[in-house]
Amino acid sequence: MMQRLAVAVAVARQRVGASLPQRTPAAFFSTSMLFDETQIKFKEGVQQFAQDQIAPHADKIDKMDSFPEDVNLWKLMGDFNLHGLTAPAEYGGLDVGYLYHCLAMEEISRASASVGLSYGVHSNVCLSQLVRHGNATQKDKYLRKLISGEHVGALSISEPGAGSDAVGIKCKAERVDGGYVLNGNKMWCSNGGIADTLVVYAKTDVNARSKGITAFIVEKGTPGFNAAQKLDKLGMRGSGTYELVFENCFVPKENILGEEGKGVYIMMSGLDLERLVLAAGPIGIMQACLDVALPYVRQREQFGRPIGEFQLMQGKIADMYASLQSSRSYVYSVARDCDNGKVISKDCAGVILVAAENATQVALQAIQCLGGNGYMNEYPTGRYLRDAKLYEIAAGTSEIRRMLMGRELFKDQ
Amino acid sequence: MKIMVAIKRVVDYAVKIRIKSDKTGVETTNVKMSMNPFCEIALEEALKIKESGFASEVIAVSMGPAQCVDTLRTGLAMGADRAIHVDAPATLFPLSVAKLLKALVEVEKPGLLILGKQAIDDDCNQTGQMVAGLLNWPQGTFASKVVLDKEKNVATVDREVDGGLETADLRLNQPRYATLPNIMKAKSKAIKKMTAEELKVEMRSDMEVVQVIEPPKRKAGVIVSSVDELVDKLMNEAHVI
Repeated sequence: MMQRLAVAVAVARQRVGASLPQRTPAAFFSTSMLFDETQIKFKEGVQQFAQDQIAPHADKIDKMDSFPEDVNLWKLMGDFNLHGLTAPAEYGGLDVGYLYHCLAMEEISRASASVGLSYGVHSNVCLSQLVRHGNATQKDKYLRKLISGEHVGALSISEPGAGSDAVGIKCKAERVDGGYVLNGNKMWCSNGGIADTLVVYAKTDVNARSKGITAFIVEKGTPGFNAAQKLDKLGMRGSGTYELVFENCFVPKENILGEEGKGVYIMMSGLDLERLVLAAGPIGIMQACLDVALPYVRQREQFGRPIGEFQLMQGKIADMYASLQSSRSYVYSVARDCDNGKVISKDCAGVILVAAENATQVALQAIQCLGGNGYMNEYPTGRYLRDAKLYEIAAGTSEIRRMLMGRELFKDQ
Repeated sequence: MKIMVAIKRVVDYAVKIRIKSDKTGVETTNVKMSMNPFCEIALEEALKIKESGFASEVIAVSMGPAQCVDTLRTGLAMGADRAIHVDAPATLFPLSVAKLLKALVEVEKPGLLILGKQAIDDDCNQTGQMVAGLLNWPQGTFASKVVLDKEKNVATVDREVDGGLETADLRLNQPRYATLPNIMKAKSKAIKKMTAEELKVEMRSDMEVVQVIEPPKRKAGVIVSSVDELVDKLMNEAHVI
C-alpha cells in the first residue's frame, strides 16, 4: 500500500513577481439567458483555448498575412474537437449542433478573426456540405481528415464576373469519359490555395442559369487545378483568399456532389447555415473590441480622471455593449431554432446582416475609445475594424441579405 | 490506490473584487465564480498520476453551498472519476474544512490527498497542513514536483521555498482544458451529496470575521531634506521606530 501522504501543491514563484496561470482576463458578460450549463462550460473552454493558443499569434498573423509556421493551428483546433461540431460521430465529429458551432466560431474569432474566418469556411462552409450531400463513399474518403484537422477544406462559387450573381458563374464542366473536365477561373476563395479538399461549383450546362450548376469535390494537386494568386486584402489577413484556375482539370464522376444539374440546391441550402455560423464571427469581434476598450477607458486618465467617467464615453461603451448583446441574442436564438429543425432563410440572413453591420460600428467606436492610440497599429483596434468589414460582404453582401429578407417578408402571409 | 483532491469554488481570479457595503466580506452576488487556480493544478497532478498507472480513481471533493456542484462538474469534465459535495455554509474556515476532509478520508480511504496550496479568496495556506496533522499523515507542501515509486511505496516531493532551489519549470503542471466530449461525459458522472452530520463532524465556527476593509490607498512618496526629518517621519508618522 502506498505510504499515505497529504500534499499541498504550489505554483513556484518567480523572483521578479508571482504569476498565476497565464490567462488573459476577459470581460465576462452574463449570457446565462442564452445558454445552458454545458454550453457555458464549452464556451469558457474554447475561450481559454483560443486565448492561450490562438490570440498570442493574432497580431503576427495579421502583419505577416499568414498563419504561424511554428505551430499547426488546424491540428490544435482538431485536437480540441472543434472542426466536427456539426459532423457525425462515425467520422470523428461530435454532432452537437449549430449553437455549439457558433460558440466555437465566436470565441475563435474573438482571439483572431482571420483564424475564425478560415475555421468557419473549413468546418462549416466546406465540411457541412460534404456531411449533408456527400454519399457514403465520399464521406468515408474525405470527412475524417477534415474533422481531425489534418486536411483543410474550402468551397468555391464566386468568379471574377460572378459575385452576388452566384448563379451567373461561367466555369465550365464538360462531360467526358469517366468524369468531367473543368475550365475556368474562380475568385475570392477562402483557404483555396492551402485546402486539400474543395467543393467547387461549375456549369455542366453553360446556357442554363441555375439549372446548369453542378457541385464537384476537387482534390489539391489535381492536374489542371492551381491556386493562381493569394489576394492582398484590407483585413482578415492571414486567412488566405485565392484566385483559382482550372485548365482542363479532370474530375472523376465519383466526385460529383449530389446530382448533375442539381448543384444550385446544394449551394442555396448551404448558404443559410453558412450565414448563421459566420454571423458568430462578428460577435467575437465585437466582444474583442469591448475586451480592449473597457480596460482602456477605466485606466486612461485625462483631466485628472479616468476617461470612462465622462458621460460621452459611457454612452459609447453602452452602445457597444447593447449592440453586442442584441446581436448575440439574435444569433443564438436562430442557432437554437436551426438545431430544432427550423431553418428560416430570412433569419439566417438577418443575423449576419445585423451582426456584421454592428461589428463594423463597434470596431469604429473601439478605435474612438482609444483615441490616438486607437489609430496606432500597435493596438489591435485597427485590425478589428479591417476584419469586421469583411462580414458585410462575404456570404452574401448586406444588399443581397436585405433583398432576400425583403422578398421573403413580402411573400409571407 | 485512490487519490482524493479537494477543490474550492472561489471568485474568479480575473474579477475585480469589491467589498460589501456592510464590510462583512467580499461581494459575491452576480460575480463570476470558478475553481481555485491552485486546486486546478492539484487536480491536474492527480489526473497525471492516475494516467501513469499509479492510481485507479480520482475523487474530487468540495464543501459549501449547492453551487459547489458546478465546480465539481468542471473537475469531472477535466477527468475526475466521481465527486462528493459536502453541503455546508459558504464561509468555512480551514480547520472546519480539514475536519471534514479527515472524515471523508476515513470513509473513502484514499492513498493520497492533494490540495491547492491556498485559496485565492482567503490566502490561508492552512488546510493541507491541518488535515495532515489531524490524520497524522506525512505532508509535502509547496510541491514543484511529485514523483511516485510503486516498488518502494514512496512519494518524493520537490519543494519550492523562498531561498531555495529554482527549478526550470516554474510550476507543477499546466491544467488541461476540459474538451466538449469530456464536458458531456461529466454530466453522467456521479456527484454524491453528504452532510457534516453524516460525517460526524461538529461544525463549530472557531473564528468570526469582524470586518473586511480595503487596504489603505497608496500615498505618494515624500522626498525628505535631511536625516533629522527622516527620523522624525519614521518615528511620528510611520511609527516604525
